[in-house]
Amino acid sequence: MSGNMNLTLKVWRQENASDKGGFVTYKAENISPDMSFLEMLDVVNESLIKKGTDPIHFDHDCREGICGMCSLYINGRPHGPKRAITTCQLHMRSFTDGETITIEPWRATAFPVIKDLAVDRSAFDRIQQAGGYVSVNTGGVPDANEIAIPKVIADEAFNSATCIQCGACVAACKNASAMLFVSAKVSQLALLPQGQPERYRRVQSMVAQMDAEGFGGCTNTGACEIECPKEISMTNINRMRRDFFTAKLFKEEEI
Amino acid sequence: MILDSKIPEGPLAEKWSKHKFNLKLVNPANKRKYTVIVIGSGLAGASAAASLAELGYNVKVFCFQDSPRRAHSIAAQGGINAAKNYRNDGDSVYRLFYDTIKGGDYRAREANVHRLAEESVNIIDQCVAQGVPFAREYGGLLDNRSFGGSQVSRTFYARGQTGQQLLLGAYSALNRQIHEGKVKMYNRHEMLDVVVVDGKAQGVVTRDLISGKLETHAGHAVLLASGGYGNVFYLSTNAMGSNTTAIWRAHKRGAFFGNPCYTQIHPTCIPVSGDHQSKLTLMSESLRNDGRVWVPKTQAMAEQIRKGQLKASDVKEDDRDYFLERKYPSFGNLVPRDVASRNAKEAVDDGRGVGGSGKAVYLDFSDAINRLGKNAIQAKYGNLFDMYYQITDENPYELPMRIYPAVHYTMGGLWVDYNLQTTVPGLYALGECNFSDHGANRLGASALMQGLADGYFVIPYTLGDYLANIGPKPIDTSHPAFAETQKAVEDRLNKLLSLKGTKTVDEYHRELGNIMWEYCGMARNEAGLIKAKGLIQELKADFWKNAIVLGKNEELNMSLEKAGRVADFIELGELMVDDALNRKESCGGHFREESQTDEGEALRDDDNFAYVAAWEFTGENMPEQLNKEALVYENVKLTQRSYK
Ligand SMILES: Cc1cc2nc3c(=O)[nH]c(=O)nc-3n(C[C@H](O)[C@H](O)[C@H](O)COP(=O)(O)OP(=O)(O)OC[C@H]3O[C@@H](n4cnc5c(N)ncnc54)[C@H](O)[C@@H]3O)c2cc1C
Ligand code: SF4
Ligand code: FES
Repeated sequence: MSGNMNLTLKVWRQENASDKGGFVTYKAENISPDMSFLEMLDVVNESLIKKGTDPIHFDHDCREGICGMCSLYINGRPHGPKRAITTCQLHMRSFTDGETITIEPWRATAFPVIKDLAVDRSAFDRIQQAGGYVSVNTGGVPDANEIAIPKVIADEAFNSATCIQCGACVAACKNASAMLFVSAKVSQLALLPQGQPERYRRVQSMVAQMDAEGFGGCTNTGACEIECPKEISMTNINRMRRDFFTAKLFKEEEI
Repeated sequence: MILDSKIPEGPLAEKWSKHKFNLKLVNPANKRKYTVIVIGSGLAGASAAASLAELGYNVKVFCFQDSPRRAHSIAAQGGINAAKNYRNDGDSVYRLFYDTIKGGDYRAREANVHRLAEESVNIIDQCVAQGVPFAREYGGLLDNRSFGGSQVSRTFYARGQTGQQLLLGAYSALNRQIHEGKVKMYNRHEMLDVVVVDGKAQGVVTRDLISGKLETHAGHAVLLASGGYGNVFYLSTNAMGSNTTAIWRAHKRGAFFGNPCYTQIHPTCIPVSGDHQSKLTLMSESLRNDGRVWVPKTQAMAEQIRKGQLKASDVKEDDRDYFLERKYPSFGNLVPRDVASRNAKEAVDDGRGVGGSGKAVYLDFSDAINRLGKNAIQAKYGNLFDMYYQITDENPYELPMRIYPAVHYTMGGLWVDYNLQTTVPGLYALGECNFSDHGANRLGASALMQGLADGYFVIPYTLGDYLANIGPKPIDTSHPAFAETQKAVEDRLNKLLSLKGTKTVDEYHRELGNIMWEYCGMARNEAGLIKAKGLIQELKADFWKNAIVLGKNEELNMSLEKAGRVADFIELGELMVDDALNRKESCGGHFREESQTDEGEALRDDDNFAYVAAWEFTGENMPEQLNKEALVYENVKLTQRSYK
């Protein structure tokens, strides 16, 4: 069942990391408004393959807004025009027939392009490897109900924990800062009792790694919060800053 | 070959602890002399890798996504079961064991399932210690809900994203070991074969998905934790990348495949909206607590609805058929997944389906909204309603939801013994990719439990025994088997890249999906299955002639990746059909139309089919050999399920 929308796509094509890259224009025809944005790209890719043209490469997996693998800078906005959703949750009915849509990869020094619209976000993994965990081994831990956690605290930690590691915050930021992401990760554990013993050490190692990866500084423009598909709040950034300075000033001996 | 399940002797409740005591231990000083390869970073793989690294082994982990956190486990919504009995409502290890055996329609091993129930309680402790933010009550203690028709509240959850939170816990443990240098992580790498040396698994061949480079890696053991194969149906609730390649390649190297035809079809998914559809979205099972399932009584009325001449809300009460309530007065809308799915299909096949395509039934909340108020419904299901609205552009507060069953989970997988070892020594299978604990039907919230039990609490013990036995002798990739296996992988990639036909790989995948869904889906019969086998063989021959695979190996090439996966799915599809043909009974998710009660319910044949079917690969285009592991029930009595 094909639909009745016809669109023009201006898509960033880049063969590999060292290629300069540029926009290529494609037609997307007979698109149904019920298709998701990625399904629309599937349709375009099928027709490219039939013509012997290399399909447009983009990252995706779950297609339901939770794995954080999809990306795309659509008409100048990470994850497209709608708030609080990822690209894979965006539907074509959010566009109008005849429209021209510009599709680019995330742009940030710390996220080099691999091919076309796929970028390398492994910097986010390395930041967490630097200390984004509670140091417990498997086995020998206390009963799950041994420590009661007030619901408000648990809920607040949960809000931070909903980050899907997509990188839209970095893509949205004119400084390509990773503060929203890192602060969400730091906050989750800083709020919970289990995270206390390593709280100050953790924030320092993660911030150090963030800086080493080449992300920019935060100047509080707030674009990240607006574009974040999981509505992670900038309160996290303030919380992380507080912990970071506390660590620097008072807790040296514990670190 | 005689299958030795290695189930320990002794009373059920003591088997696991006795077994743990009897297993050999590796000398702590020797652990660092061993290397273990783990394929997959989902709940099973990440938990296993982190736990083994903590013990001192060197671990190499591979995943095809760009980060271990993106494994498909991330998408699980509802929750994870554990026999904590925090509610004081009568739960126990034995009850969880019993429910799981019965839910699996008596086609799982007692000993495995009991061990799973025993370890369930430790999982929750472990996750909380890692900082997993489970839902809590005002008193600060953990909240529970009931799930999947169970009579006790034993499901722990984290809003609608339990999978993400559990996986982030395991991922953080993995990150810690990466930081310590005990785990080496390979993202965007796909395992394409297992290297078997002198009958033992000793390594893998992988492809770096960015550069295309083929690599060989040696290890004292190889653990597969590569997830389920539901995407053999093309459309499923699985992530787009979920595939069978790792276990299919292992199968062709000697690992038997257990019960491949056991597939779970989930009743409440958003229906297909058109040919462009790439995947299906699950709507939580909990909706059936308040929603009522119906279709119009007559085909004529359904036709009017399909044409848009009649609105659901205008269909009078008398003209509606609440078929689950009618047929199952005591369970009503809460019958198990397989029963609910089959009945929806029946209504649609009877020409009474709704929606544009006619392949949907209604899930109606208007009664619940009238009774409890819109706010109460919003509080309970708000985010699900929003998700539905966003996908379908229909407001479920005003119009009933349209739902239809979709492929969701595969109970089948590599055959493993009690130690999770496949029929190839040194090759293990964990999580959804093994066949072990769910029999013919999985209960809700039990897959997360199994993945984490396997990874955190079973494999660290059972693998140690194998490693202690083979000894810490150094291994490397110099044995000719490595070069030979790599060559075989390379030849296959080249063969794929030489395909310059006329049909895209997705077209083949869709066609395979249609065949599987039509003949090996919710209801199966002999004639249909025989037909499907022929169709799949034709499809396979056509694929290797007429598919289009573009580009070269030495680049990020998603066409090539997909082609390899679909080629494997086609072969697996044929085996699923063989298995479904062989199993002439109905059980759990496997419904053979020839085997039903007078009332149209699934009819088991315990005398002839109380066994695990373990299929053995015998050569390309050769029939597979069936091996049987008899299922022995010493503790539970086999009964016919009834939900009337
Ligand atoms: C939408 C949805 C909701 C669900 N909700 C629930 C729920 O509420 N409760 C519940 O208990 N269960 C639920 N399930 C089932 C459950 O999520 C899965 O069964 C489980 O998470 C599987 O975990 P796993 O570790 O076995 O595999 P996965 O999480 O699928 O991980 C597979 C890993 O293997 C890697 N891999 C695969 N092949 C290769 C290869 N060839 N080379 C390298 N790496 C490879 C992948 O990269 C990935 O890292 C749900 C499933 C779905 C689809
Ligand atoms: S903070 Fe938001 S935008 Fe940034 S990675 Fe997390 S989910 Fe994505
Ligand atoms: S594909 Fe997983 S979040 Fe979009």
